[in-house]
Amino acid sequence: MTTETLVPFAEATGRYEPVIGLETHVELGTRTKMFCGCTTTFGAEPNSQVCPVCLGLPGSLPVVNRMAIEYTIRIGLALNCTIATWCRFARKNYFYPDMPKNFQISQYDEPLCTDGYLDVPIDRHGNDGSAAYGPRAEGGSTRTVRVGIERVHLEEDTGKSLHVGGVTGRIHGAEYSLVDYNRAGIPLVEIVTKPVAGTGAAAPDVARAYVTELRDLVRALGVSDVRMEEGSLRCDVNTSLSPRGSGRWGTRTETKNVNSLRSVERAVRFEIERQAAVLDAGGRVIQETRHLHEDSGTTTSGRSKEEAQDYRYFPEPDLVPVAPPAEWVAQIRASLPEAPSVRRARLQAEWDLSDLDMAALSNADALDLVAETVAAGASPADARKWWLGELARGANAAGLELSALAITPAQVARVAELVSTGTLNDRLAREVIDAVLAGAGTPDEVVANRGLAVVSDEAALAAAVEAAIAANPEVAAKVRDGKVAAAGPLIGAVVRATGGQADATRVRQLILDRLS
Amino acid sequence: MDLTRMTAAELSGALAAREVSAAEVTRAHLDRIAAVDGRVRAFLHVAADSALAQAADVDGRRGSGEPLGPLAGVPVAVKDVFTTIGMPTTCGSRILQGWHPPYDATITRRLRQAGAIILGKTNMDEFAMGSSTENSAYGPSRNPWDLARIPGGSSGGSAAAVAAYEAPLAVGTDTGGSIRQPAAVCGIVGTKPTYGGSSRYGVVAFASSLDTPGPFGRTVLDTALLHEAISGHDPCDSTSIDAAVPPVVAAAREADVSGMRIGVVTELSGEGYQPGVLSRFAEAVELLESLGAKVTEVSCPHFRYALPAYYLIAPSECSSNLARFDAMRYGLRVGDDGTRDAEEVMALTREAGFGAEVKRRIILGTYALSSGYYDAYYGKAQQVRTLIIRDFDAAFGQVDVLVSPATPTTAFPIGERADDPMAMYLADLCTIPSDLAGNAAISVPCGLAPEDGLPVGLQVMAPVLADDRLYRVAAAAEAAFAGRWGRPLLAQAKGL
Repeated sequence: MTTETLVPFAEATGRYEPVIGLETHVELGTRTKMFCGCTTTFGAEPNSQVCPVCLGLPGSLPVVNRMAIEYTIRIGLALNCTIATWCRFARKNYFYPDMPKNFQISQYDEPLCTDGYLDVPIDRHGNDGSAAYGPRAEGGSTRTVRVGIERVHLEEDTGKSLHVGGVTGRIHGAEYSLVDYNRAGIPLVEIVTKPVAGTGAAAPDVARAYVTELRDLVRALGVSDVRMEEGSLRCDVNTSLSPRGSGRWGTRTETKNVNSLRSVERAVRFEIERQAAVLDAGGRVIQETRHLHEDSGTTTSGRSKEEAQDYRYFPEPDLVPVAPPAEWVAQIRASLPEAPSVRRARLQAEWDLSDLDMAALSNADALDLVAETVAAGASPADARKWWLGELARGANAAGLELSALAITPAQVARVAELVSTGTLNDRLAREVIDAVLAGAGTPDEVVANRGLAVVSDEAALAAAVEAAIAANPEVAAKVRDGKVAAAGPLIGAVVRATGGQADATRVRQLILDRLS
Repeated sequence: MDLTRMTAAELSGALAAREVSAAEVTRAHLDRIAAVDGRVRAFLHVAADSALAQAADVDGRRGSGEPLGPLAGVPVAVKDVFTTIGMPTTCGSRILQGWHPPYDATITRRLRQAGAIILGKTNMDEFAMGSSTENSAYGPSRNPWDLARIPGGSSGGSAAAVAAYEAPLAVGTDTGGSIRQPAAVCGIVGTKPTYGGSSRYGVVAFASSLDTPGPFGRTVLDTALLHEAISGHDPCDSTSIDAAVPPVVAAAREADVSGMRIGVVTELSGEGYQPGVLSRFAEAVELLESLGAKVTEVSCPHFRYALPAYYLIAPSECSSNLARFDAMRYGLRVGDDGTRDAEEVMALTREAGFGAEVKRRIILGTYALSSGYYDAYYGKAQQVRTLIIRDFDAAFGQVDVLVSPATPTTAFPIGERADDPMAMYLADLCTIPSDLAGNAAISVPCGLAPEDGLPVGLQVMAPVLADDRLYRVAAAAEAAFAGRWGRPLLAQAKGL
């Protein structure tokens, strides 16, 4: 791997203005593929979800999946785009073994959706923002950047190559390659931004925030599970630099397949530092694709775009044009859910949270979980406390996303209810949650099976209190003399005697009553 | 009674009346193939076992009283461009040698469901590119009128099989004339249905916006019966038209042109046309007029650009359609000896697997679609296509059908044009306009050219989804000619 000369980020953005652009691919969550009836389950046995059409066998023909068109229109409308009244698919011709027909059915100069925008909050991740860009959103302190959307188009995914025997997992140096065509023909939406300029040192944060917001939007639309780790959301990041005040845009590089939110940010940051060094040295940035290395956060040169392939696009003759009727588009528009930004503002007001608290929820990806927990009856404060506290620790320890934990929002709400009614104290509640996470059943089952409920039997408690006083006469005497704070050892003894299931507040009251 | 001399309609009647069994009919045709196909070379693959099994099944079903369609037990030959379970599909190419498709084309399936007996797969120009079958990797088929001459192409094997009494019916595909031109030069009937009227699913693509499967028969009625059986909407083909099949069989039976307005296309005659072709065509027009049709001359000024436009559009689409033959998943693989990477194996395989004409068209099409040339070539050709459609629209505003010779010349000797692509391309001069416009056209025999004694075809063209008009006109002409000739034209074929 080459070592690049880098300019420290602050210096680089001091001398150069970054311009970024993002191309995001979203695999749609349709039940069947784009042009055939094959299912789309992730992780199935290789080459088990294939047919003559998605294998591109001679004679086979594509037929458009109507649901994929609908999903794309949903995305386009949510991104404030214009929906084409008539458009065609196009063939993008190039040879690659994981592409069964050696052309990809895509869209070229007639995309389904064009010219929209997405308002992106850029300090959700603790960045305090710079006054140089973006107005503060009305009624709040969140700054937003309006990212222009050039186009949203629909295409088919390719198969997946696995290069075996090399060091890097890339084709170079591999002994042989395997191809899995299960992914071939899965509907893929490409969302292309207009160039985003004027964000200065915040460019990496803007890139990350845009992808985050887009991901949340697409998830809210219910058209994809947008899991970056499974590749159902993939990003190509374009970066260029222009000397401040020059008024010219620089040559851009395209960093391919950036597959986590953190990587989006790092890819932009690294390219800014690298390109600044090239320009400082009087060199010229080469227009090329670059690969991001997740381990080091650096990029290396891929193929040069200056010897770019000619894809020989032409209208796909096997498919009739797509002409979504206006009534259908209106129906889809009417069925759009609340936009994530609107929803966040509403929830923040309903839950009475500070910007910082809200940012913490967003950062932890806990917004939906908290909302569902509140919907299941918990108070916003309790829901937040559990998801950001005990459950966040559990997820962290297990290396899981919060949403992947083996507990439902309804179960969390039930635990909160058991605490508020006095059946559980906090310590017992944590134990119940640990048991649920470990698969021991629902909260109620755990409480019943393990006898974890708080002891509220007054007679049993009274006996324990008597025993504790008898065993600790000196402590009891101090309390009798008015030293209320000295009651601790007595309370501890009672709680121990009940196996931790006594409510400490209640025990304290009983002791003070007895010794007054 | 020689079962191979009977028409499909006659066989259908005899089968329904149980005068013959499907097994007998099938065996008779297999015997005929065995006797003559060594000379005609119409078939690339004869499916004797499965044909006999299919015949036994049809006979069993008929015996149990199951109601069967008109083609049940009638043999049919299938161009090797249709995918067929249980039979190879090579498209006349080395690159698909030995490929056994795992699925049936929609038309293959419809033939099986109709109980038609699939005798085998017929020879063709490689990937349907050619007008003589000389571009087949497996050698040319022969014209039953003169075995030294071409049977036309690209569906030459299908036409030769029907003309040589090896099958009463055959299916082919027409992209630039590949059904009508071989039908004309073999003295039989062939139809290019309206584009989208017959399914392309399972038809290995040459040029997607032009490829149209269609029927061959020795009579107009037979051709209509097959036309009806293979047509109709197919949800597996996005370009398939969701409309009722035009009433082609009824039209073939009516055979009435009185009061019909027939337009003679000015641009499809004159220089470059064989005199005997023009004289037989003129007689056919007079005949139609004598039957009560109103004949006028109609000009379609943009037809003169049809051939060049076709030779940009068809190669462009083919350059993309044929990209999939890359040695990765099926077909030929050359040079995979462990020392070469995938790209080298692809290149070696395509070098060895494609013939010269296919390579020529891939190169032409790749060039025409290239950045910087697209507008001047592919884009311009599409504009010409629009102008040709407008010519047709204007013409069909004045007349019900258009007529022309089906080909400029009769069958030429094998080898004569093999090294002259331009001369070969001219064989499709009359047929290409209907392909570009996507409307319907038929070729029906209209006599023998006096100078060489070889068959001449009359082409009839009709608007989109007015395929029935073709059969009305062709059947009327056929009946009138039969009266004049006294016996079927094919009875004069001397090749066999």
